[in-house]
Amino acid sequence: MLPELGHYALILALCLAVVQGIVPLAGAARGVDNWMALARPVAWGQFLLLLLSFAILSYAFVSNDFSVAYAARNSNSLLPAIYRFSAVWGGHEGSLLLWALLLAGWGAAVGLFSRRLPQVMVARVLGVMGLVSIGFLSFLIFTSNPFERLWPIPADGRDLNPLLQDPGLVMHPPMLYMGYVGFSVAFAFAIAALLGGRLDATWARWSRPWTTVAWVFMTVGIALGSWWAYYELGWGGWWFWDPVENASFMPWLMGTALIHSLAVAEKRSAFKNWTVLLAIFTFSLSLLGTFLVRSGVLTSVHAFASDPRRGVFILLLLAVVVGASLLIYAWRAPQVKSTGHFALVSRETMLLGNNVFLVVATASILLGTLYPLVLDALNMGKISVGPPYFNSVFVPLMVPLAFMIGVGPLTRWKEDHVGRLQHVLRATLAASIAVGALLPWLLFRSWAPMAMLGSVLVVWIAATTLLDLRNLTRHSPSLWQGMRRQSRSFYGMVAAHLGVAVTVAGVTLSSHYSLEHDIRLAPGETFVMGEHSFVFDGISNHRGPNYDASRATLRVLKDEREVTVLHTEKRSYTVTGMPMTEAGIDWGLTRDLYVALGEPLGDGAWAVRLYYKPFVRWIWLGAMLMALGGILAASDRRYRLARKAAQEGTGVATGSVAS
Amino acid sequence: MNPKRRNRLLIIALVVSGVGVAVALALVALNENINLFYSPTQVVRGEVPQGHTFRVGGLVREGSVRREGQDLRVSFDVSDGAHTVTVDYTGILPDLFREGQGIVAQGKMNGNGRFVADQVLAKHDENYMPPEVADALKKAEQEGAVANPHGPQ
Repeated sequence: MLPELGHYALILALCLAVVQGIVPLAGAARGVDNWMALARPVAWGQFLLLLLSFAILSYAFVSNDFSVAYAARNSNSLLPAIYRFSAVWGGHEGSLLLWALLLAGWGAAVGLFSRRLPQVMVARVLGVMGLVSIGFLSFLIFTSNPFERLWPIPADGRDLNPLLQDPGLVMHPPMLYMGYVGFSVAFAFAIAALLGGRLDATWARWSRPWTTVAWVFMTVGIALGSWWAYYELGWGGWWFWDPVENASFMPWLMGTALIHSLAVAEKRSAFKNWTVLLAIFTFSLSLLGTFLVRSGVLTSVHAFASDPRRGVFILLLLAVVVGASLLIYAWRAPQVKSTGHFALVSRETMLLGNNVFLVVATASILLGTLYPLVLDALNMGKISVGPPYFNSVFVPLMVPLAFMIGVGPLTRWKEDHVGRLQHVLRATLAASIAVGALLPWLLFRSWAPMAMLGSVLVVWIAATTLLDLRNLTRHSPSLWQGMRRQSRSFYGMVAAHLGVAVTVAGVTLSSHYSLEHDIRLAPGETFVMGEHSFVFDGISNHRGPNYDASRATLRVLKDEREVTVLHTEKRSYTVTGMPMTEAGIDWGLTRDLYVALGEPLGDGAWAVRLYYKPFVRWIWLGAMLMALGGILAASDRRYRLARKAAQEGTGVATGSVAS
Repeated sequence: MNPKRRNRLLIIALVVSGVGVAVALALVALNENINLFYSPTQVVRGEVPQGHTFRVGGLVREGSVRREGQDLRVSFDVSDGAHTVTVDYTGILPDLFREGQGIVAQGKMNGNGRFVADQVLAKHDENYMPPEVADALKKAEQEGAVANPHGPQ
């Protein structure tokens, strides 16, 4: 009975979404208060219904109800309870339900935290989100019903893909989805502002914290995915430029551009049309990502669907959303005038540069990702575009961007002078080049040019960020007081930019100075790699809850002293018979030691993969700093003040509000 | 020309030249890093580029996987049902590499008609068949049927 109730709740949610997508928008167009007032309760109702539906599906998984076809395909009674729960989003139908639930959740949150927003704005924003919801709920109900029953009821389920049985994977999809879906709020705000014809600083100020929060989730989601790939796939790589990775990276890059251009729209009332366009593109890329991952055009651990109807449906949805929003844009945007003027040398120009580089980088990734698909669809041959393409395009675009991170925050709004900037930055630049170029030699005794360039940029970003902080606190009685006077959003920027520096440091050093060896080891043999010796102590058999494993023990020595003992397993999962490698990692702030078991080679010898990865943790540490920066920026006091001001009717519409 | 207009023009020029450089970079990089997929039949017929990296895929023939010597050299045959190519590889094969399984290898031909792979891909799911491989198998079967209408089906 319960699954039918879940299905029923899903259908009711769709009905409410239809109401949410039509009535408040009509009310806003005709000025009917009652119709507009419907937006909030309907959004909450839709959220509660989807929550109920999701809870029922989760219950089916946790209680091993294999009469539900989706649970039978993706779970098993031997699976540990936590993975039975995370298996809910381990397949196509459940992950779409999660998508829809989170979308409704964002809608409910907008309803909750927008008490001071003008009612007509709330009605439009929630109306647009209701329209998006209609698309996804009908996709769910008509092509991918998670509550479908199976007859006869199988004795047990077919198990979750072993690669997904992992703590990192419990959190990765919900985080990433929160990001994907969260950009729908920025999108809804942009469309609402276009419809209302009011693209002013208030609009930018309202949509900024929402966009930043979505971006934070996305940052965390991508970092978790990269971390998972690093330890779970057993190849020690953290980014493969795989199409599904690109699918999440493109909206992230575009979202980063959007955050920066929203700053200009809010503070200087410039770039308004451009910001709206970025919001539309960001959400479109989120949808494109969903299409790529969910339609089955790509084959990877993420792609579950093989039903072509699903691909067509998402493609249609994408076309409708992009087409309709661009139409509204073309209709409304010409009436919007940017009032903020600025000189060639100014922070506006720097932020424009940021946008150009990020958008071009996104476009080049899009090209590399879609080109093989288009060629294949046109029957012009099967090709693959490898990581070298992405590296050789993406890295040169990021170098000037990283340089600009140093200059931008120190440049004044409206108008600045090259002479002043030179004066301020000359010493820092010289010091960064000197220290950064020496760093690889000090750490690794090597003069690789690209590593030197990378560490110069790292030092440059860190040094200029601290310089900015010092300049701002110089006139205060004490450093502490000066620091307390800075806003949270300023510290948000500082943390995020330092995060970029930390990530760049991790990428540069780990990609240049990693050691890697695939070798044959018999029990008792030792392999020396760099400063460490790896001693293979042999294999023992080990039994997990739902797998059998051969577990290898390797002792790692440095200067005759034992550093750590690593265990790596080759598992065979009993239900699917699927083999999997569990890597053994000794992690540290400055280096990871990483071993992964290959295949048995006879006579007790095994193929073993050994890695030494310097500073690899910094890649994810930097991402966490960026996310922290986003949280700080989104929780800035002035967003709460802005709400108060808007409520009192004084408005904060002019661009002259102090920065 | 007034300063405002000059500024705008300069910004546009900067953006256009930046985008131009990026497009050029992207096209050059794309040109150098596209790997075409060939079926074993095409390899045997010599339709593949010499000295250039490409991909070949098919089913790993039963009993063809051979480990040689004391290092990690391995070789195996990849077949699309009509023809086979021998692949040489040094290193650890992916977890899901098995005889009878569909795989894709990336590398170059050496002089002796063997394919030297620097990468062997078998995907994350055991039911998974790389679409290229599925396509190649289908093609080989069709061509076989056309060329040999009275042969065993």
